[in-house]
Amino acid sequence: MAYDPFKVLKSTAVPLPIENVDTDQIIPARFLKATERVGFGDNLFRDWRYHQDDTPKADFVLNDATYSGKILVGGKNFGSGSSREHAAWAVYDYGFRCVVSSFFADIFRNNCLNIGVLPVQVSEAFLANLFAAIEAVPKTEIIVDLPQQKITLSATGASEYFDINDYKKENMLNGYDDIDYLTNIKSEIENFAAQTPL
Amino acid sequence: MKKTLFDKVWDSHVVRSINNGPDVLFIDRHMVHEVTSPVAFLGLKNRGINVLYPNRTFATADHNTPTINQHLPVADPLSANQLKALEENSKAHGISYWGLGHKKNGIVHVVGPEYGITQPGATIVCGDSHTSTHGAFGAIAFGIGTSEVEMVLATQCIMQPKPKKMRITIDGQLGKGVTPKDVALFIISKLSTSGATGYFVEYAGEVFRELSMEGRMTVCNLSIEMGARGGMIAPDEKTFEYIKGREFTPEGTAWDTAKKYWDTLYTDEGAVFDKELHYTADEIEPMITFGTNPGMGMSISKKIPTAAEVEGAATTYKKSLDYMGYDEGQDMLGKTIDFVFLGSCTNGRIEDFRAFTQLVKGRQKAAHVTAWLVPGSHKVMDAIKEEGLLDILHESGFELREPGCSACLAMNDDKVPAGKYAVSTSNRNFEGRQGPGSRTLLASPLVAAAAAVTGKVTDPRTLY
Repeated sequence: MAYDPFKVLKSTAVPLPIENVDTDQIIPARFLKATERVGFGDNLFRDWRYHQDDTPKADFVLNDATYSGKILVGGKNFGSGSSREHAAWAVYDYGFRCVVSSFFADIFRNNCLNIGVLPVQVSEAFLANLFAAIEAVPKTEIIVDLPQQKITLSATGASEYFDINDYKKENMLNGYDDIDYLTNIKSEIENFAAQTPL
Repeated sequence: MKKTLFDKVWDSHVVRSINNGPDVLFIDRHMVHEVTSPVAFLGLKNRGINVLYPNRTFATADHNTPTINQHLPVADPLSANQLKALEENSKAHGISYWGLGHKKNGIVHVVGPEYGITQPGATIVCGDSHTSTHGAFGAIAFGIGTSEVEMVLATQCIMQPKPKKMRITIDGQLGKGVTPKDVALFIISKLSTSGATGYFVEYAGEVFRELSMEGRMTVCNLSIEMGARGGMIAPDEKTFEYIKGREFTPEGTAWDTAKKYWDTLYTDEGAVFDKELHYTADEIEPMITFGTNPGMGMSISKKIPTAAEVEGAATTYKKSLDYMGYDEGQDMLGKTIDFVFLGSCTNGRIEDFRAFTQLVKGRQKAAHVTAWLVPGSHKVMDAIKEEGLLDILHESGFELREPGCSACLAMNDDKVPAGKYAVSTSNRNFEGRQGPGSRTLLASPLVAAAAAVTGKVTDPRTLY
């Protein structure tokens, strides 16, 4: 599915300083029953965000108007567990375009890259710096510059380089996906398949 | 060039490599289930393309299916709709579909090996993280997201950077009451849920050689819970014996050709891993988890660690114990439990039912415990009946349900109520995993059986 190209994002951020946030928390399994990719943002962090009677939990960050923005900053080992891409869809559909953490689970990272959410992995120290800056000034601006592969705290100018392979970077900058690439080399794939027994 | 088992399988499936980018990896076999595929099929429709190799694609319904009255229409309209979508998509694209009620139906990672779809040296993917299970046969098998499901349906390829390689070697002999599940929970407790992220694991050493194929599947299944993309074990005579004669296993000269390839599937002496870990079998006891991720496991006879004893943020640790209603320093032995779940792609095979039954035989289910015994497939269910296990289970007060993923992820009605404790043979103890507010203790089928008959966390070694 096509997504908007990602170039430079300037935004405030929502902090979630919890480690090992698994994809069951990002979207619980009972919300995976759709056959179309619509409405997943409503159930992002469902059980942390709402009581069982569907009233909002006041102390959860998504219910706190102090914080908003297109960047989600999470604790170490973000997105572990289930491969459900619905987790990345929920993040995107809610309005986030970038997730920052000091460590990502593999499948979640891939899923994000495939749908146009940029996973930005920073050092533990820079992550702590981000959490502190957001806590001090909730509407502090963060700049995520994909061409330069740099994340910057506007107020102080503190910045860090982040890694992304050239191929995925090109895709994100242009809104391409892997199927575009693979369908272009279809005959090469068919030749390979012909030599590969079932 | 000395190669690892992983290198041999991966390298032979690379269609092309992209400089400072991923490899284009050819996928031999693609397994599909109802939850992570509908949006992928919709994507194909929107692009106007068909499934490239329907004969390399296999569909089964498992995540969302009821485990009682499977002969009746599915009551939940959303679940019914998702099942219908898989059936229609399979039909439209000429994919074999083993839906609800089909005699080959079952959990995707249980039926794959049962019918010989899973083979050594193959690349296998599925939109499910426990696809790592198939690594037990010396395959490269890993879970993918829905965009990637669409990609594989459309092109039979996936784009992935080659992961790093880790070898985990365990020598020695497992003690009484120590099962493959305990071995896996032990490793995860050492590594944490992110300790193998970025790696593909090979399990080596006497312990894994001695395991049955079912046991190897349990271990490889849980590779994802230490963050690894997958885990694998070199195929041997046990592997070949298991797959021989199954429906999708090659026969005759095709078998001979395949066998020549399979015989090359081992790590060369001197091949280099990015990381090597060694443990010994006598370090491992029956395990149980006490927290909200699979890394929070301990020997059943020990005490819950203090925040100071574990890695990671103290606040996260405290949040986890609060959710469980436990405190640091407490014994797990003796804690009251409410539910027992035997099943899932981790421990829903015949060997797991044999172990459970052996322990409950001659005892009665504790009156306050609700037990859900859910076979991984129809084949497992039939074996439970044929081997006489069902009669023993009935005498002990247990009922058998019909196959599916069930309470492992509680997408169907098999939900543990809020605040209740479940000893589960499944793979994840995340908050709410088995139903909103549910509390999960991951353990082996033996520990689950001991809990089912005593109504509390009990060391199975004290019961036989």
